[in-house]
Amino acid sequence: MGIEQLIGRKALTTRLDAAVGWARKYSLFQYPFATACCSMEYMSVACAHYDIDRFGAGLPRWSPRQADLLMVVGTVSHKLAPILRQVYDQMCNPKWVFSFGVCATSGGFYNNYATVQGIDTILPVDIYVAGCPPRPEAVLDGLIKLQEKIRNEKQQY
Amino acid sequence: MTLFEEITEHFSDPIFDRHSRLGDATVILSRDALPGVIRFLREEKRFDFLMDLTICDGGMEKSPRFEAVYHLFAFERKERLRLKVPVEEFDPHLPTLTGEYRNADWLEREAWDMFGVRFDGHPDLRRLLMYPGFEGHPLRKDYPKDRRQPRIGPGSTPATAFEREPALPERLGKALTAAGVADPGEEIMYLNMGPSHPAMHGVVRVMAALKGETITASDVEIGYMHRCFEKEAETHSYMGVIPYTDRLNYVSPLINNVGYVMAVEKLFGVTTPERCRYIRVILSEISRIVDHLTCIGAFAMELGAFTVFLYLMKARESLYELIGEVTGARLTTSYTRIGGLRGDLPPGFDGECRAAFRKIRKDISECDRLLTRNRIFYDRMRGVGVISAADAISFGFTGPCLRASGVSHDVRKSSPYLIYDRLDFEVPLGTEGDNYDRYLVRIAEMEQSMRIVEQALADLPDGPVNLDDRRMTLPPKEEVYNSIEGLMNHFKLIMDGHGIRPPAGEAYFPVEGGNGELGFYVVSDGSGIPARVRVRAPCFHMISALSYLIRGQMIADVVPIFGTLNMIAGELDR
Ligand code: SF4
Repeated sequence: MGIEQLIGRKALTTRLDAAVGWARKYSLFQYPFATACCSMEYMSVACAHYDIDRFGAGLPRWSPRQADLLMVVGTVSHKLAPILRQVYDQMCNPKWVFSFGVCATSGGFYNNYATVQGIDTILPVDIYVAGCPPRPEAVLDGLIKLQEKIRNEKQQY
Repeated sequence: MTLFEEITEHFSDPIFDRHSRLGDATVILSRDALPGVIRFLREEKRFDFLMDLTICDGGMEKSPRFEAVYHLFAFERKERLRLKVPVEEFDPHLPTLTGEYRNADWLEREAWDMFGVRFDGHPDLRRLLMYPGFEGHPLRKDYPKDRRQPRIGPGSTPATAFEREPALPERLGKALTAAGVADPGEEIMYLNMGPSHPAMHGVVRVMAALKGETITASDVEIGYMHRCFEKEAETHSYMGVIPYTDRLNYVSPLINNVGYVMAVEKLFGVTTPERCRYIRVILSEISRIVDHLTCIGAFAMELGAFTVFLYLMKARESLYELIGEVTGARLTTSYTRIGGLRGDLPPGFDGECRAAFRKIRKDISECDRLLTRNRIFYDRMRGVGVISAADAISFGFTGPCLRASGVSHDVRKSSPYLIYDRLDFEVPLGTEGDNYDRYLVRIAEMEQSMRIVEQALADLPDGPVNLDDRRMTLPPKEEVYNSIEGLMNHFKLIMDGHGIRPPAGEAYFPVEGGNGELGFYVVSDGSGIPARVRVRAPCFHMISALSYLIRGQMIADVVPIFGTLNMIAGELDR
């Protein structure tokens, strides 16, 4: 008779989920896919003044294999889209996508032949942050929301 | 004898017309006369710079439909000249200028890509901004603005999108032959850097052929951030273009705002009130400091000096706060208006600005102490990425990168605008034209910019910031709400199909951007929407020299060379 039968399989998994979620939420490794103006604000968020490190997401990794949070910062054009998708595909699971600014979210005010009208047409997105560019506070707020989501998710291991 | 007369004397028949309007000298000539005239101008008249080359599409009704516009600049005499060549719609082609000016290479590729005008004799005429599979030429008037040709969508894979792209060996074949490495027996390693690479700022791709660690040939691919600034400008009102100019060079958006509105003001033939001009100068210079801080911070970080990055970003933050207080936005400012500004400076700006400068001076000296005499930094910068004055001119370098090669060209001095002629400042110069000089010039320029701001703040005059001209500035709100004339005036300037209407004509207005000569060429057909807005982006010309600069260098040197050129994707790809 194992412990599962004593306390029930479900209870144990849920608590492990919570523990893993809590751990994952505070150890985000981001891949900044920074292209345009929004990357200026990304730099501000990453630097000492706003300090994204306080939220456990301070380490940018420049390899998709080492990252679990894809931050799409700025406009994505049709020329760039396959590269973005490839980076996403190369990331290991579990992974999350952060859409930084209106361009990544919806194409922004670039409604034209070159711009992808929102990265959700090519990959799944977990959190959208509005603003052109979003203020650093808005980015941090988005990050906290994403962390909430990660914590409450059904975890895959 | 004037320049016009000399040209006419040398080349009598093919010159169609010449005129000088709004202070811009223009010669209209035929396609066949172009190479001869250009050679004459460059060799005899010292028009060393090909500042810009663009095509204007007059639409299907116009005959001849296209017009190629060349902007030349003789920097010793500080003279500008515009050449226009009509090109008919059926089989449009022009002679190439690649033999005269080296930046013509990319400019002509761009013109081919965007307008489908062929350049006879161009060594490698292929698309520059769009991708190989793209159909049509998007800046033609008959290409709908929103006709998308997605490379991938739901369900398709990146692999299919890359299918039409040639492989690296094939792609670099030509460059390798040009570099004299055609022997297939030689060991060549092909290396692709970017576009998603930390040191490539996300949007530039360098494909290199390596022998050991040395780059023997390379190809630079841009256009990953093409956002169609020029197409958007053709479909928005004059006022509506201002927010797009912010996003051209998002490190110093205020200078872009100023450049664009001043081009439109030139079309109107008006000058703004004194106070407005002072404020424009103050904000442009603050923007320039932001630009240099970001550039130095970024390439220092790419070389491993992370502390410097943190210090300089801290300095930048205090300027962002300052800009935020004036314009309401940290980055995308849209602060200028045609004929003035969005508003006056906030109270207490003077003191805050001086306080911010105190902090920045400290941070810069900190960075100076960490970097300038740092052995590792010095060794990686000195003698790397050298470009001679003659080459820099031929590639169309301007701004800090040109001055690092020892050429004293600064738009603020050579064609002063706003109040720059009244201010006392120096133009720092380098001697070697390498990375280290480009770094030193930027450090010195920040101090000069602060000097300018302090002088301008000291004698900032009182008065209105907006021109009282009902053709372009909105009436005061009391008039709008209390009188029918005011209300009508307001609507006339705002409504679709009305708006601000400069008289038909064209104007090129250069300003000194953070990275060099930033020119806006605006063509008006008298309607409320610009017929053409062309931006001369300084870093476009510098990145066109990247392949040349990295040839023979180590692969690790790509990072500092690329960093000191200060590429800004928004204006590079438009
Ligand atoms: S959302 Fe705005 S600031 Fe961000 S990349 Fe797009 S245009 Fe630039």
